[in-house]
Amino acid sequence: MKTFLKIMLGLIVLAAVALVAFIAIPVQRTPAQSEMPADWRPEKGQGEYAMRLADCAACHTAPDGEMFAGGRAIESPLGTIYSSNITPDDETGIGGWSLDAFRAALYDGVRPDGTHLYPAMPYENYRKLTEEDVRALYHYFTDEVEPIRNDTREADLPFPFDQRWTLRGWKWLALDEPGFRADADDPVLARGEYILEGPGHCGACHTPRNAIMAEAAVDASDEAFLTGGEIAGWTAPALRGPGSAIAGWSREDLVAIFSTGRNAHAAVNGEMQLVIRDSTQFMSEDDLAAMSAFLVGLNDGGTAPDRPGDRTGTEALIASADPDMPLGARLYIDNCNACHFADGRGADEVFPELDGNALVTAESPTGLISMILNGSELPSTPKRPYSLRMPGFADRLTDEEAAELASFVRQGWSNDAARVSADDIADLRGDADAKVE
Amino acid sequence: MARTDPKKDVVIVGLGWTGAIMGIELAQEGLDILALERGPDRATVPDFKYPNVIDELEYGIRFGFMQKPKNSTITVRRTDDEVAQPMRRLGSFLPGDGVGGAGIHWNGQTWRPMENEYRLRSYVEEEFGADAIPEDMTIQDWGVTAEELEPYFDRFEYMAGISGQAGNINGEIIEGGNPFEAPRSRDYPLPPLQQTVDAKMFAEAARAMGYHPFPRPAANASEAWTNEYGMQLGPCNFCGFCERYGCLNYSKSSPQTCILDALKRYPNFSYRVNSEVLRVDMAADGQTATGVTYWDEEAQEEVTQPADLVILAAYQLHNVHLMLLSGIGEPYDPQTGEGVTGKNYSYQMTGGTTLFFKDVEFNPFAGAGSVGMSIDDFAINQIDFGAEGFIGGSYITAGNTNGQPIRGIALPEGTPEWGAGWKQGIGEWYGHSMSIGSHGSCLAYRDCHLDLDPTYTDRHGRPLMRMTFDWKPNDIRMTQFMKGKIEEIAQSMTPDSWQSSFKDEGARYDIRPYQTTHNVGGSIMGTDPNASAVNRYLQAWGQHNVFVLGAGAFPQNIQYNPTGAVGALAYWAARAIREDYLPNPGPLV
Repeated sequence: MKTFLKIMLGLIVLAAVALVAFIAIPVQRTPAQSEMPADWRPEKGQGEYAMRLADCAACHTAPDGEMFAGGRAIESPLGTIYSSNITPDDETGIGGWSLDAFRAALYDGVRPDGTHLYPAMPYENYRKLTEEDVRALYHYFTDEVEPIRNDTREADLPFPFDQRWTLRGWKWLALDEPGFRADADDPVLARGEYILEGPGHCGACHTPRNAIMAEAAVDASDEAFLTGGEIAGWTAPALRGPGSAIAGWSREDLVAIFSTGRNAHAAVNGEMQLVIRDSTQFMSEDDLAAMSAFLVGLNDGGTAPDRPGDRTGTEALIASADPDMPLGARLYIDNCNACHFADGRGADEVFPELDGNALVTAESPTGLISMILNGSELPSTPKRPYSLRMPGFADRLTDEEAAELASFVRQGWSNDAARVSADDIADLRGDADAKVE
Repeated sequence: MARTDPKKDVVIVGLGWTGAIMGIELAQEGLDILALERGPDRATVPDFKYPNVIDELEYGIRFGFMQKPKNSTITVRRTDDEVAQPMRRLGSFLPGDGVGGAGIHWNGQTWRPMENEYRLRSYVEEEFGADAIPEDMTIQDWGVTAEELEPYFDRFEYMAGISGQAGNINGEIIEGGNPFEAPRSRDYPLPPLQQTVDAKMFAEAARAMGYHPFPRPAANASEAWTNEYGMQLGPCNFCGFCERYGCLNYSKSSPQTCILDALKRYPNFSYRVNSEVLRVDMAADGQTATGVTYWDEEAQEEVTQPADLVILAAYQLHNVHLMLLSGIGEPYDPQTGEGVTGKNYSYQMTGGTTLFFKDVEFNPFAGAGSVGMSIDDFAINQIDFGAEGFIGGSYITAGNTNGQPIRGIALPEGTPEWGAGWKQGIGEWYGHSMSIGSHGSCLAYRDCHLDLDPTYTDRHGRPLMRMTFDWKPNDIRMTQFMKGKIEEIAQSMTPDSWQSSFKDEGARYDIRPYQTTHNVGGSIMGTDPNASAVNRYLQAWGQHNVFVLGAGAFPQNIQYNPTGAVGALAYWAARAIREDYLPNPGPLV
């Protein structure tokens, strides 16, 4: 008995020591992945370009806030996290951080004082950044960005998720080896893969999360990579595999969507609009071409999937103008048909296709419902400056009507997604315009 | 209260078609530009959003997008011996206000004038002798030719995404287009719209009579279009709400759909709304403008806005008003024929025949502002003025623009105008009528002009502008000629009944019923400083840093809708400013 107690006590002490050590022993910072001269400085514009590639602005700028001063609320399934101030302000930002400290935030998700960053900061992906990009970013944020004093809020998470030290264990499980290794020898494809996996951190939204809410894969060689995820309740569509939203898209289609937010098939929506606004529209032609080439490669080289031959059912119903047609079809004629047309094909770059549209057929109808209720506005870019805007229909449709309409488009033409209920609409109506009587 | 703002390189008065074109062309030069718009800001969403905008009562009847006479109007008389009265309700014509101007609420008919229309006086004198021109007719040449303007029409049509069918490409006649048009360098950017039933019936009848029907050139996109500025149009869905409405569908070419979001990206361009320009300010010697003074509605104060270059890009009536108020050009005196500003105000001569068919379903709810078929067999370059006894011409056309219930239902003569009989007539005839219209020239006359009213003032204390205009026998003879041609076509179509509405001999101008918003002249262009208000580059003769855009430049009206020529002239002037004026500011002629 005594021996047992001793063993138990020993184990408890050991556990306590281990716990203290777990919390207190400094985390190892991942070192630079390649040698660079200490006096290296980015070329003019290189730092800003690296910032655009990594899309720092979208998360680290609050809706009406100063660039990079943080404070943007980022909804996670566990609660709200607020982005930090990454301007070089000494007290509230990253002023005075060393290059090693800066790299540790990108690679290891650790602040200089050892505090762990929540993985809303995509260090799972930024671990793949080249040292040159890390250095370019470092110089940009320390030399080129003006310091702005702005205290940002602490994350609003319940116990035990508010215990940041526990993230150390999560990182043991979640983090892959640092550094980028291309799957292909082709330098163009390698460049595309690098942007997608690394700075572009596409997987942060477009790859499913596993049991511990880490990205199920961070490398394109793993078939789970880019097979679809969720962001703020919206489905971030799969970009490869059977449900790929971009199946059949050409490289030109992809370049168009990255540079203008619109192409012959679709218009970007939800959080992706921020990606266009703050990141991809600024990418060079070469980088856009590289990303597009790599994505086309993930989608069987861009061959279009067969649309079911009999596409006339929905079209014929709409064209019949039969007063007895179902409510959803009637609502489509009254609200949607003017732009998206009876064939659900819209018009190139102006009116998105609804037939085969990933937002329409997403497993979660949140995005579609939001679109119907609130509308959406495309970002203005140099190539396509028009902020084309779809109006919201919240003031025109009851919950039941919106549900019938959403269900109709989810099941029209070749679409085959689950119906939407009036409760789904009511849940999302939120502060949209007042309900109709 | 008054303030003076920091100087700009360029101030643009009005942000409609011409202001937007000049804005983006000069923004590309890196100039610091301010556009002043007297009305509110307007965007497709929310201002033209479906379904709110397809409200005939609000916009079709109550003129929601038009200027309000209590804020801005003119006085009108028909002859110099009448006392002009203020126009207290809009009627005959509908100037817009707000961003986009009349460019948001037009139908979209986008024509090029005939070659001979640019040199009408010379053409008549050469072909028919100087005696063919009545003593009181003051027609002039434009000082620019179809050939010179061709690249600028091309530019405007490709910018605006016009749907149509060329009839003459570099001299080669193209089947299905207008064989009488001036040569163009290439086809329209978009194919013609699909035609409505009435247009097809008209075209068939016209073809059977040996005429040459062709699709109306339309600023209603037949397909998706992206223009040189990256701006976009979506295909028209024939909703039937063009004229008097903003387009809900991104389908009608307008400053909003074709220019503004691209223009707003230029950091050197800005615009202010609810800012009505009161006058152009002049240097002490009167040789240049120093900027403008405007009324800032929000601040409730007058603002002096200095600028090196002043672009008058308001509606024709307002450009001429500002010139008269500011001393730009000698005011025209109809007694002596001297002076230039306000000279040769002109309008448009139109008429039409309505045909009723019991057994034809026209589905009028499917329409577009410029869908339709036309013939130019009686155009101004096809008519023997000596033989017919008038100078002028017209295109003849059919196409269904709308089936709106309040204004859009034609009833046979004799149908009661209210009550049970009217209701029965509506039930019987809605969707069973079509019309064939004549859209004809209106020439310039010694006593048709614009000047400042001696009695009435506006809310800013400025004299109102006075319009003196009446119909003239020459143009009435023209429209009566067209009536004969149209009725022949109509009869060949064997309708159940038909009725015509054309100006008859002795007709007087009536400001009340809507006719057309094609007010032209008053700031006419030309080659003689004693006979025109601006030179061939639309530059004021006396103040080299003032340019006056718009249909005021037309020395007399063409037989077509004016917007095509207004757009081409804006690009023509923009080129002159960019390449010739900016490097060496001064008179271009």
